[in-house]
Parts: sequence; structure tokens; C-alpha cells
Amino acid sequence: MWLRVEGHWAWYRRYWRSSLYSSGIEPLLFLAAMGLGFGSQVEAGAATGGHEYLHYVAPALLVAGATMSGMGESSFPVLSGFKWQKDYIAVTATPITPGQLLGGQMLWLAIRLGLSGVIYGLVALTFGAWLRPGAVLVVGVGVVTGLACAAPVMALAAATYDEGRRFVVMFRFVMVPMMLFSATFFPIEQIPIGLRWLTWISPLWHGNEIARAAALGGSDPLAIAGHGAFLLALLVAGVLLARKLFYRRLVV
Amino acid sequence: MARDGEGDEREPHPMVSGKALVKRFGGIAAVAGIDVEVRRGESFGFLGPNGAGKSSTMRMIACVSPRSDGELRVLGMDPETDGPRIRARIGVVPQLDNLDVELTVRQNLQVYGRYFGLSRAHVRAKAVELMAFAELSDRADDQVEPLSGGMKRRLTIARSMVNDPELLLLDEPTTGLDPQARHLLWGRLYQLKQQGVTQIITTHDMHEAEQLCDRLVVMDGGQIVAEGSPSNLIGRFSTREVLELRFAPGKQDGQITRVADLADRHEVLPDRLLLYADDGEATLEAVHARGVRPVSTLIRRSTLEDVFLRLTGRSLVE
Repeated sequence: MWLRVEGHWAWYRRYWRSSLYSSGIEPLLFLAAMGLGFGSQVEAGAATGGHEYLHYVAPALLVAGATMSGMGESSFPVLSGFKWQKDYIAVTATPITPGQLLGGQMLWLAIRLGLSGVIYGLVALTFGAWLRPGAVLVVGVGVVTGLACAAPVMALAAATYDEGRRFVVMFRFVMVPMMLFSATFFPIEQIPIGLRWLTWISPLWHGNEIARAAALGGSDPLAIAGHGAFLLALLVAGVLLARKLFYRRLVV
Repeated sequence: MARDGEGDEREPHPMVSGKALVKRFGGIAAVAGIDVEVRRGESFGFLGPNGAGKSSTMRMIACVSPRSDGELRVLGMDPETDGPRIRARIGVVPQLDNLDVELTVRQNLQVYGRYFGLSRAHVRAKAVELMAFAELSDRADDQVEPLSGGMKRRLTIARSMVNDPELLLLDEPTTGLDPQARHLLWGRLYQLKQQGVTQIITTHDMHEAEQLCDRLVVMDGGQIVAEGSPSNLIGRFSTREVLELRFAPGKQDGQITRVADLADRHEVLPDRLLLYADDGEATLEAVHARGVRPVSTLIRRSTLEDVFLRLTGRSLVE
């Protein structure tokens, strides 16, 4: 698994600039626009838990960014490993098994999500976006939420034989709505009760709740445990499904 | 059967041995019960038209495709249970290059070598050696994407040797290459054979098979229809010589009935007649004696292609 990470690293050393831009810099642009720009028009109130909007939105933007890059990195790039570049075929001709290949992919993604999270966190620190030391945990929450969302997408990629049009549909109708309606920018109470279940099943919402608890404090530990359990369950289910589909695709 | 590395060296088991080997996809048998044995140090060929089951057989030997039925041993081990251990000791050249085109030539070799668990220092040195072997040293730090087809193919072959494999699997190694690139590759494969690397090659290029293979099997419809050395197969399934008769357009019809009995066997192609005979010169004289006047004639030695066409049927060949 580590050897595969090393392989990814060889690639990253050549292409880190563009990749870092999309995964690390983009959330920062969001933070500048939403937290500083838009946030200047928002008064601290009950909706933001009494916090300034910058403090309210900063942890959620990290998690949302990790979710988006996690899903993005698991779609076309993974499909390419099977279909266009075929590097998964090349790798599984060596002693590396499809399971280890998947593990390496997940581990590599975790490292990259962690790296972008740290960079985001440091820059956000200069904006004064963090209130408590507990905010460092937000990076970990981002990694776990990103992986939990990535694993099912990797499974989907392993089961995709066409040009991957379904990913475009997924980005439009799953990822973007998830980003918008998972209490990233405003609290869940603003969502009509009849539609709130959509937020409840959104992994990003669970991640956001934990991230805010870490960054802002004052949450019910039981609720946090519940959110964490949801994410871990999704992660485990996603990995198991992806593993099964990786084998089905590569060992035929 | 030897199960450990040391035992493998001592016991002269075949590199590959398959018995009643079957691969089914859904209800269709791509490989329909073949017996095959590849010995250490030889170059072994799988010939056959597209869809004959060559690649399916190769994938089973490469331990990336479980067999549906029958017996298979590679390096004395069972691919079912020892896949990673077998894969550690073989090299695979797939039909389509699957290099990492975003990396450099050198990185491709080094990264791939690491997948075999080889040390960094070892793969660094190995990459330099392999780039020299593949005549790619002056492109070492260039990205792979813009390289020519021949260079990529050479790099793929170099990459397959990064773990010093005992057994090299080459799936249509020269398909799509120009003659220069092909000859360069053949030279390299011959060099490897001299070094004692066992090779298994699939091809539907008969010239390539004659150049490279000590022994080969012809597959058709998932079965082995003939087995032997190239010269042995030619001796068994064809005559020593072939007489080709070309006629002016539209004049070929009916000519075969006048000369068919002069040959052991004949083929009617759209543009010429082939008469299979041991003495082409004498057959040509006999043809002329009957008053048949082709516009051009050619006497040549039988090749593997003649064997292949006879065994697999002309209409099937693309």
C-alpha cells in the first residue's frame, strides 16, 4: 500500500502546483469570499451560534472542500486507472493486489486531503478564522469526511465502463446540492422540515457538525459520537463495496 | 510440486503447465480445455486469429484471471493461491501499453520496480541499465506521453524486466510498430532469450512467430489445433514449396479446375491461386504444359502463414 502511495508521490512531485491549487487554494477563495466578504454583511446571532460568520463558516468550508476533492479525485482519475491510462492494470500485474491498490489509493487521498487541510488551516489562521486550539481537529474531520464520500465514488468508478457521464450527473445533482444544503453556509434549521432528511443523510452535514464542535465548542458529545458513527459506517461500507468492485474489475 | 523458492531452482518443473485448462466468460468458453507446457529457457508462442483464446490464456498465466476449470501451474505454483508470489517473478508486456504517460521514462521504471518491493538503490541502478537496453537513455528524463509508439513499446518491455523475471509474457509485442521498431524489438527479445529468460509470446504475425518462437501452438476457437516448432509445423501441415499464380483481372475463374490435380493441395484467393507442392518448378512446368497462362508466377518456400491459414481457416483471419 505504501509503495503505491510512493508511486502517487512520484506523480505529485511533478504536478503538485496545479493539484494544490484545486484542492487547497480553492477552499481558501471560498473562505475569502464567503467568510470575509459575504460574512461582513452577516451579524453574529442565534443562527451562527453567536459567532461571527467567518468563525461559523471556516470549519465547514474545510470539510466541504475535502469532500469535493475526495469525490473528484475518486471519479475520473480512478476510472482512468481502469480504462484510459490503465495504470491499475499495470500495477496489478505486479505482486500488488487489487485490495492493496485500493488501500494505496485511499491512503494517498487521505494524505492529500490532510495536506490541503493543513494549508487551508494555516492560511485561515492568518485571517483569524479559528477561535480554539481544538480547531486543529477539523483537519482530521475533513480527511474522514472526504474519505467517507470518496469510497462510494471509487466503487462507482470501478463499476463504470462508459465514458463516465454519470460522474457529471453526480457532481451536479449530488455533490453541489450536498455542499449547499449540508449546513455549510447556514444552519439546518433554515431548511424546511420536510426536506431536512436530505441533510440528515448527507455525510457532509455530519462532518460539518463535528468540525464546528471542534472549532467552536459547546456540543453534545453523544451527538458528535452519532455523527462520527455515521461517517465511519459510510466509510467502511464504501471501502468494502469498492474493494469488491475493484476485484471484479481487475480479476476477470 | 515444489512450493518454495529454493525448491523451484532445483526441481526441473516446467515454467508453465496447464491441463484441460478452461476459461469461461458467462456461458462462452474463451479457452476450451487446453493442455500446454512451457519449458525453462524456451520461447513459446501462442498463435491464432483474434478471439482464439490467446490473451485469455496469457491472463490466466499472468495470475490476473482465475481459471474456470482444469489445472494450471506457473513456476510450480498455483495462480489461485500464490498469485502475488508468482507475479513477483514474471514480467508482463500487455497488448496495449499502460505506461504512466505523465511520468518520465526513468520514473516509470523506478516506480514500477518499487511495486515489486525492490530497494530504491536497486531500482535506480536497474532503471539506468534498462534504459540502455531499450536505447532510451537519452530520453531518460523526458515525459513518456510524446514518445513514439516504438519507444513506448520498448519502455513497456524494459519495464516488464525491472524485476529480472524468469518468465516474460508478451501479448502481441510488435503489433502496430513499423519494421525498424519491430526488428529492434526482436533483437532485444533474442538477447533476453540468450540470457535464459523464458518467453511466452502471442501473435497473429506469422513472420514474428517464425523469428521468435522455438515452439508454438496454434489456437482456434479456444482450442489448440496444432503444436510444434515452426519448421516441424511447416513440414507437417504444408508442402515444401508453394506456387502462386496470378491472372489478369477476371481471368482467374475456372482456372483452378485445370490445375488442381497437379498439387497436393490448393487455395483460391481473390487475386491468385496457391498450389502447394514439394517441387514448385516442376509444378509450374506442368501448369504451362496444360496451356494455363498466368500473368505472373512465384515459387516460394512454405511459411508458417500457410500452416496458419490451413489450420484456422482463411475466412476467419482479419
